[in-house]
Amino acid sequence: MMERFNNPVLVKELKLRFRSFKSFSGLMFYLAVLCIFIAGFLLLTTEFTGRGFFRPETSFMMFAVLTILQMALVLFITPSLTAGAISSEREKQTLNILLTTTQSSTQIVVGKLLSSVAFLVLMLAAGLPLYSLVFLFGGVSPSQLISIFLFYLVTVVAIGSIGVMFSTITKRTIVAMIATYGSIIFLGGITAFFFFLTMAFHQMGNAIGTSTSFMTYFWASINPGALMLTLISPEMGDALAELSGVELPVWITYLIAYVLIIVLCLTIAIKKLRANMKSNR
Amino acid sequence: MIEIRDLTKRYGSFTALDHLNLSLEEGVVFGFVGANGAGKSTTFSILATLLSPTSGDALINGKSVVKEPKEVRKQIGYMPDFFGVYDQLKVDEYLDFYGASYGIQLAERQVLIPQLLELVNLTSKRYEYVDLLSRGMKQRLCLARALIHDPKVLILDEPASGLDPRARVEMRDILRNLKSMGKTILISSHILPELAEMCDEIGVIDNGKLIAHGNVAAIQAQLQGEKRIALKVTDRMDEVRAFLEEDPHISSIDVIDNRLEIAFNYRGTDADQVALLKKAMLADLPIYALSEEEKDLEDVFMAITKGADNQ
Repeated sequence: MMERFNNPVLVKELKLRFRSFKSFSGLMFYLAVLCIFIAGFLLLTTEFTGRGFFRPETSFMMFAVLTILQMALVLFITPSLTAGAISSEREKQTLNILLTTTQSSTQIVVGKLLSSVAFLVLMLAAGLPLYSLVFLFGGVSPSQLISIFLFYLVTVVAIGSIGVMFSTITKRTIVAMIATYGSIIFLGGITAFFFFLTMAFHQMGNAIGTSTSFMTYFWASINPGALMLTLISPEMGDALAELSGVELPVWITYLIAYVLIIVLCLTIAIKKLRANMKSNR
Repeated sequence: MIEIRDLTKRYGSFTALDHLNLSLEEGVVFGFVGANGAGKSTTFSILATLLSPTSGDALINGKSVVKEPKEVRKQIGYMPDFFGVYDQLKVDEYLDFYGASYGIQLAERQVLIPQLLELVNLTSKRYEYVDLLSRGMKQRLCLARALIHDPKVLILDEPASGLDPRARVEMRDILRNLKSMGKTILISSHILPELAEMCDEIGVIDNGKLIAHGNVAAIQAQLQGEKRIALKVTDRMDEVRAFLEEDPHISSIDVIDNRLEIAFNYRGTDADQVALLKKAMLADLPIYALSEEEKDLEDVFMAITKGADNQ
């Protein structure tokens, strides 16, 4: 029964991934960053303020910063895990053999993506005990945490798909890596810049609340940082709705946009995997 | 059964394959001979469904590489000229991965893997990491990998390249074994004399065109018009040379002074050769040994490709 859902590439990738020292050092680095941050934060808010205790508002603050930090870490790590998916096989001269097996292009691409996503999920899960500190001090609801983790997952799969796509269409891993980081800079940075730009234009032309600015809303809603802010504090979402005049919650647009990215990137990757063949079967 | 019809592959203005036609019966071992860049690897890549032809088609057991690549993949085992292995994967895991990639069930794979390792003499390496194997062992492992789904056709691109003589002999023994199992084997090699021993048929490709195709004996016979004969003498080299120069069937005499050896090309029949020897004996020439240098596939190949260039 299990065999039917078995993806050989996924199984092989997981095996290789967990055998390499790089994966463990990566995980260690990730947890170390989170630990240093939390310890530093606790020290700053207790020792140096001289209060010696921890209030729920401060705990919420820690949660917010931790969430953004984790998002940044995930965005930073995903390309390094996925941008080599296909191109490294090409560089190691194992791709041709893989392509002569009866596995479909879809199976290979999805297996590659899922193995990277699985590792990132492990990373996020490994960070959960650190998150639990926040619960210790209160101020955050579990449902909030769940929705944030779900959106981490959506983001990871989307960035992973971008990585796999570039890995398939470029010959070299380094090029795929640069292109994927470029995409992240666009999604995380350039969209923020456009958001402020369109907002400024909008404010110049109109008083707030009198007209709608779809562009302001759009740029904010595809930015992972902005999404996290609206998930952490719903007031942020209200403020954006007021500013842009679009009432639709940011997460809906984000979800649609990122699912589209996933579908588009995976379709391109599957089509281009057997690029030298006219038919992609 | 393999049927290649008008197979053409162009890269821009460069024609890698030019209307290649070839038909092979089941169970045949076919040797593909050609210089680097002649089109061997391109042909094999098309047969292995890695490359689409610009025009034409190839049928493997009736399945088209263009229209039914997935069906073709079930029929073929492909070994590329250059290939890599995954680090951190053990020999049996390596085979297990490819077995699963062909949709073979776990229980079946567990039975198959030891059998295949036995076939390629790697049983003792079953639990070793693949990247630690020698080149010859990797080559054999890759062959076992190509056999895991029991394909009818094996496409082996330069399987002996870069191997030391011992590894080459081992590879040849395995291929002989596979031949006896009734597999159709397509093999390209630069080690041409080895192909002569193993192959039923030989195809010579040059500049993307098949310039000769036939059984080994037939192609060798094309060259048998001229033999290369070497004589060993104890002394009086000049006398022997003068004697040979008189024979109308002899051309290009080479005197190798330091070894007291004379080699020449001979066009005459076997009967002519008997007469020549008799004459030499009667003339009391100090010849103590005579040997016919065997023309191997290398010579065949050189002669045929040279002929094609001159056309």
